[in-house]
Amino acid sequence: MKFLTRRLAFYVVTAWAAVTINFLIPRMMPGDPVTALMGRMQGRIDSSAENSIRVLFGLDQDTNVWQQYVEYWRLLFQGDLGLSFTFFPTPVADIVRQSLPWTVGLVGIATIIAFVLGTGLGMAIGWRRGTWADALLPITTFFSAVPYFWLGLIAITVFSVTLGWFPSSGSYDRGLIPGWSWEFVGSVIYYGFLPALTVVLASVAGWILGMRNMMVTVSSEDYVTVAHAKGLPGRKVMFGYAARNAILPQISSFALSLGFIVGGTLIMEMVFSYQGIGYTLYQAVSTQDYPLMQGCFLVITLSVLAANIVADFVYAALDPRTRQEA
Amino acid sequence: MTTDTTLVEQIPDLETSGRPKRARQKNLLFLRNSKAITGLAILGFFAVLAIVGPWIAPYDPNQISPDLVQPPSGSHWLGTDHLGRDVLSQLVVGTRSVLVVGFVAGVAATFIGVVVGVTAGFVGGVGDETLSALANVFLVIPQLPLIIIIAGQLPTAGGLTVALVIAATGWAWGARVLRAQTLSLRRRDFIEAARANGERTWRIVLAEILPNLTAIIAAGFVGTVTFAVLSQITLSFIGILPLDTWNWGTVLFWAQNNLALQRGAWWWFVPAGLCIAGLGMALTLINFGIDEFVNPRLRSTGMHARSLRRRKIRPRVGFTPVVHEAQEDRA
Amino acid sequence: MSTSAIPRTAPREGGARTGAPVLEIRNLSVDYGYGSDPTHVLRQASLTLHRGEVLGLAGESGCGKSTLAYGATRLLPPPGLVTGGQVWFTDRDGTRSDILALDDAALRASRWRDMAIVFQGAMNSLNPVFRIGRQIADGILAHSPGMSRADATERAAAMLEMVGISPDRRRDFPHQLSGGMRQRVMIAMALSLDPQVLIMDEPTTALDVVMQRQIVEQIAELRERLGFAVIFITHDVSLLIEIADRIAIMYAGEVVEEAAAQDVYRRPRHPYTDALLHSFPPLRGPRRELGGIPGSPPDLARLPTGCPFRARCAFAFDACAHVVPELAETGVPGDAPFRRVACLRHDTRSVVEAGFDPQPLPEELARR
Repeated sequence: MKFLTRRLAFYVVTAWAAVTINFLIPRMMPGDPVTALMGRMQGRIDSSAENSIRVLFGLDQDTNVWQQYVEYWRLLFQGDLGLSFTFFPTPVADIVRQSLPWTVGLVGIATIIAFVLGTGLGMAIGWRRGTWADALLPITTFFSAVPYFWLGLIAITVFSVTLGWFPSSGSYDRGLIPGWSWEFVGSVIYYGFLPALTVVLASVAGWILGMRNMMVTVSSEDYVTVAHAKGLPGRKVMFGYAARNAILPQISSFALSLGFIVGGTLIMEMVFSYQGIGYTLYQAVSTQDYPLMQGCFLVITLSVLAANIVADFVYAALDPRTRQEA
Repeated sequence: MTTDTTLVEQIPDLETSGRPKRARQKNLLFLRNSKAITGLAILGFFAVLAIVGPWIAPYDPNQISPDLVQPPSGSHWLGTDHLGRDVLSQLVVGTRSVLVVGFVAGVAATFIGVVVGVTAGFVGGVGDETLSALANVFLVIPQLPLIIIIAGQLPTAGGLTVALVIAATGWAWGARVLRAQTLSLRRRDFIEAARANGERTWRIVLAEILPNLTAIIAAGFVGTVTFAVLSQITLSFIGILPLDTWNWGTVLFWAQNNLALQRGAWWWFVPAGLCIAGLGMALTLINFGIDEFVNPRLRSTGMHARSLRRRKIRPRVGFTPVVHEAQEDRA
Repeated sequence: MSTSAIPRTAPREGGARTGAPVLEIRNLSVDYGYGSDPTHVLRQASLTLHRGEVLGLAGESGCGKSTLAYGATRLLPPPGLVTGGQVWFTDRDGTRSDILALDDAALRASRWRDMAIVFQGAMNSLNPVFRIGRQIADGILAHSPGMSRADATERAAAMLEMVGISPDRRRDFPHQLSGGMRQRVMIAMALSLDPQVLIMDEPTTALDVVMQRQIVEQIAELRERLGFAVIFITHDVSLLIEIADRIAIMYAGEVVEEAAAQDVYRRPRHPYTDALLHSFPPLRGPRRELGGIPGSPPDLARLPTGCPFRARCAFAFDACAHVVPELAETGVPGDAPFRRVACLRHDTRSVVEAGFDPQPLPEELARR
């Protein structure tokens, strides 16, 4: 359990760091875009909302930084992320709450599919070297080199503009009422298919290459040779000895590259105008809606942290060395 | 790439002999790697383009003409955009900004990574714990959203500013790898010997440790450049960066915002993406070359698959192929 | 647990054969690299292992002793390639099979049941993510169709007990064991199917001296009890002289001398063996002069013509640069009948056939 305790401590530190960065960024920026915006909003913001924006963006000149910091944490614990300028006067927390499930659904599911698929393919390619499967490597290299959003553009051109198979934007048929009806769920899947496919295509390559290299490396470990020497069936050597060990670093790198992947897939939401947190961030950036920007970043970071914790638990379950009592 | 069967070849003792005296031999080995050469060649092409781009571009990329959204033709090889500007010129001129930002960010991030990583690995103890935790924090925080909110709040986010923001957020991976390697180097005999001889710490780091980290530093640099290029293009694409400097992302921004997809104007966004893919491939290939050079297990044997099949060799772990080709004439 | 049906005699002095051959390696050649210019790491090496004997395989690192063992079992990783030879295994009922000619399924079935291996470096030989009991049981189950996992685990526990590890520890993971214990686990694992041949590749190199001694004594004791034959690979010739019945000395991918352990020690016939014996202090017996072997082993990718040892040999003469010495009887009358050595000082006939003047045997290579 020592491993997990250490990791949890690390995540607490990281969460603290993320919040602190969020606190510091607007205060370190030259100029004062928020004051200018507040000026424009004059008279439309009620005094308590104005106060929380002041706290969040450090506009209170009469308090010192430490007091601002304490006040900032207090607001966060109350779930107060300020008011959005763009969707005035909706609180940022509400907007984020509405868009987060869409992102978790789309990016989460697509990333897990990509991870499982890529790890499986990489396992096969790494185990059976010198076969046709090696031809997949140059293709995966190409896919790992292009930006995610460009693949999204190509996917829209081919599948929605040219072929007309899938809608090019949105997340469900606007004519339907959201709810747990078959019609609505079907529409969500239909609208989500193309973005999900693009996310999978864009990120699967990295997993294939990573797992392939790990399989190649692990295949020449002594314990794999011992497994062969024992006359174990080929499948058992591959899954129980080679892949079982190769997947450990793959999971670590899943945790570490999650931030990178999520960053890329958020842009995908922008391309597809998919109503998740990435698209919200995009709207916030293009309308200079600073409270919303900050809120999105915080929520994205905390979600990535949560996914990291899950990955760590999986890792601890798979690697007995982490369970060692100190 | 198609004939390269990426088989495993283990060259004994290559990875263990990290002594500086073999550096020259190893460098030559790196240049024999076909993947690395291909990557360097493509990169060289873009580098030349970045230098001479503004002179060889057929038009001024900002020059408006009446030929709106025209497909490729003799006068506009890659067609025109919604204002009649030449897309090819935009790409050629935009290369410089892409490479400069990538290079500056790469250098800056590598510098931070080397300082943090080597220090952490070399000093150990509390210093190591702190620096590693710092690096891990930066690894876990999603970089692109972080860059977006920083760049989004900067009043003027020019190319150089963006490069530095990317460097400030993207150094952690290199630092992590370098720390691990420094840690293992520190326990090697020749470092221990240098310490026992009373050599000064900075001399050990400069003369003994850094030369042995060259390959890893290079890999980290190439990786950061890739990341920086993609980040900059993404930022331009979503319109955070000012549009007065051309880069490939700017071209895509205009395409996306003027319904290039819906109009079927493929020449507007496909070539830009292929440029990104080309540069990305080049950098990835260079990194593969470095990877194979550092980890000989990944190295391909350079044998053609066809020739192996003809000799009925199927290279596998656990079942060494048998061919009766050698003499068997001894009693 | 049935022990070998063939009665075993173990006369050490004089080094006569112990039993019938159980493993015969004939002209085994191994290349490294599939390309047009491979390294010939093993060139027509031959070796015979008899039932119940301990055959030591010695030589400097890189001489091909491990390659010989892994090549013969087809466990060499890519780009290893067996380019020629046969490896005949004789079962208890007398059926002979060439391991190099077996298909995958037959080879898998033969492995561990006929021939088991204890690898160099027990640290990496155990799968870090499985309990050791399970790893032993895995091998048993793979060869015992119909056996229940519970029975296999029970057998694994019994094997652990046999090597002196408490059966409770079968639920331990490898990282919870010390180096010596891991090596014992490997031995227990290797003996779990009562194999007829046990190949041990530097089994004690990574261990401290006390542990080395314990392991070696344990192997000797288990062999007495179970009657398997051992190929013991090490660079530690003094260790071999104590535990081996016969010793084969390898140099640059070839066997250069093969004789009874005491003969190798007291009456070396090959200049390399002689030099090797002078490069370490003897454990017991009269003191001898110590001296290293000048030079280093040749680069296998660029072997010189003639005898590969000649550049470092004190007794090389003109023929050595042109004639490749073959493993043949010694030139010393009265030597044990099955002694073999590959040296032109002994092989006058080849020297004369090639048109050179034979040189007399120096006293160092003709001791009695």
